[in-house]
Amino acid sequence: MAVADGTYAQHRRGYYLYLVPGAIGFTLIVLIPQIANFFLSFTAWKGVGTPRWIGLQNYQKLLADDQFWGSMIHTLMFIVSMTIIPVAIGVVLASLLFDYIRDQFGERLSNLFRAGFYLPQILPITTAGVLWGWILSPLGVANIVLKAIGLAPLAQNWIGDATWALPSVSLMIVWIQVGYCLVVFMAGLSRIDPSLYEAAQLDGAGWWQRLFSITIPMLAPEIFVVTLTTLIAALKLFAPVFVLTAAGPDNATMVPSYLTYYHFFTTQRVGYGAAIAVVQMILTVGLAVIFLRFQARQQVTE
Amino acid sequence: MADAVLDVADRSVTKSAAAHSRKHRGPGRWFILGLVSLGLLATLFPFFLTIINAIKTSAEYASSGPLALPRGIDMVQLQKYWDLSDFGRKLLNSAIISSCVAVFGVILSTLNAYAIGIGKVKGSRAILVILLLGIMVPQESIVYPLYYMTKAVGIYDTQLAVIIAFTVLQSAFGTYLLSSVLGSFPREIIEAADIDGASRWQVLWYVVVPVLRPTLMVIGTFFFIWTWNEFLIPLVLLVSNNNQTVTLAMGLTRGQNLSDPVLQAAASLLGIAPTIIFFLIFQRTLTRGVAVGSVK
Repeated sequence: MAVADGTYAQHRRGYYLYLVPGAIGFTLIVLIPQIANFFLSFTAWKGVGTPRWIGLQNYQKLLADDQFWGSMIHTLMFIVSMTIIPVAIGVVLASLLFDYIRDQFGERLSNLFRAGFYLPQILPITTAGVLWGWILSPLGVANIVLKAIGLAPLAQNWIGDATWALPSVSLMIVWIQVGYCLVVFMAGLSRIDPSLYEAAQLDGAGWWQRLFSITIPMLAPEIFVVTLTTLIAALKLFAPVFVLTAAGPDNATMVPSYLTYYHFFTTQRVGYGAAIAVVQMILTVGLAVIFLRFQARQQVTE
Repeated sequence: MADAVLDVADRSVTKSAAAHSRKHRGPGRWFILGLVSLGLLATLFPFFLTIINAIKTSAEYASSGPLALPRGIDMVQLQKYWDLSDFGRKLLNSAIISSCVAVFGVILSTLNAYAIGIGKVKGSRAILVILLLGIMVPQESIVYPLYYMTKAVGIYDTQLAVIIAFTVLQSAFGTYLLSSVLGSFPREIIEAADIDGASRWQVLWYVVVPVLRPTLMVIGTFFFIWTWNEFLIPLVLLVSNNNQTVTLAMGLTRGQNLSDPVLQAAASLLGIAPTIIFFLIFQRTLTRGVAVGSVK
């Protein structure tokens, strides 16, 4: 038996070889850059020569940097369009498609709707940006439609005006995000026993009551996962802002990722950019840890 | 006997009444259908606008505006943007990068997952947590060192650099998924192969991979599309026009100042087209497997 155990341990050791390529890749592409970035955040560096150690100065400057705080506030505002509105629309829509359309008009139609709402989600964000940039330009479709329906005074320079730029980018984000929420929620709903709905219906519960007393409680795990993953995505928001507004006008849509990019490649204040990236990373890891703990708990209860 | 028949009849009546109430609830259902359809039309409207305008002539756009249906199909603007952006080249670049990442990413994920899921090497759980954290943290925090490192080793502004970066990043995620799939792989099969004297490599290649093939295809599809859509790392690593991807070219069109609105519509249509094609081919995979992508 001891011999068998020995060979088993030996046997097991052989599997480590299969981790070698992955370990080398991960070390080179993720670990070393991550550590390097962390160290750079304590230096002043222009991208050439030797980084000069300045301790916590970058972080001290961050605390007093209006552009940075503005970007954090904008992140909070983008959470509305990344998370809150898409989750709300997603729940209602998933419930309508699952509990109503599928029931009354058949599964094919409900699948068709699901696919249609999902389409913007798989578009490269930059393409979505070109598309929406065209729609929202001063002479674009949005303003032409407003004029056509007699609301000419509401026409705006949507992405060129500091007041409207953030809501305009948000509109595109909602358009992209709804499909993701919808599809995850519909997958979640398929777990629910249909007899639950039938029983509720026989008891005279309307659709609205079923939404609040069955759908939302049963979807709680999915809602949690979608909320957390979209929050993480909101912290990393970059492409929509890059493509539509380039963080402008006048920093009105500045977000941390863009600010990092800006300091890395425009002002060449690499250490400072790295410090912003570290702040972003810490916030993301915080959310990610919550996510992982939740997943671990789910697996235990399953 | 009569009672029993009556009872059955009675029950079938109540049953059909219940079914009835579930199936037909008057005009309300048409209202809901209309509402959801309206939402869908609003979602698809931007696509519709792009298509009808990309095939107009500039003169037609100027005279009848973006909302009018096109009078005919005019490919001039599409052709113009295609040439202006060297779109064929961009498509080829995207296809090369995404395919390589899909293939290498799946191979790397399989190797890792074999050690973790089947081999159950020590520290498996810690490895998975590190991998997941590695892909969840923002790419901003690795992008500058990557930029610097690729310059240092002379692969800056090459597709190779982007392929390596995404093979690793995507496979971190693939490893996470495949490890849990392989964790529940029937042990008897592995043991049987062991007893038959199969080496570890043979078990992987002749036993595990064939069983896993459908899952590997799904993961490869996701790697392909995710890589196709990636923006920040290609933006930083690929500067020359000849190496850029479709997604990157789209992101840089704002700077090109496409003053002609029809040309803008043509650009969007060309950017959308590959996605629509993937979507039609992989629709089921994509909408079903989306829970898979929820960590990204």
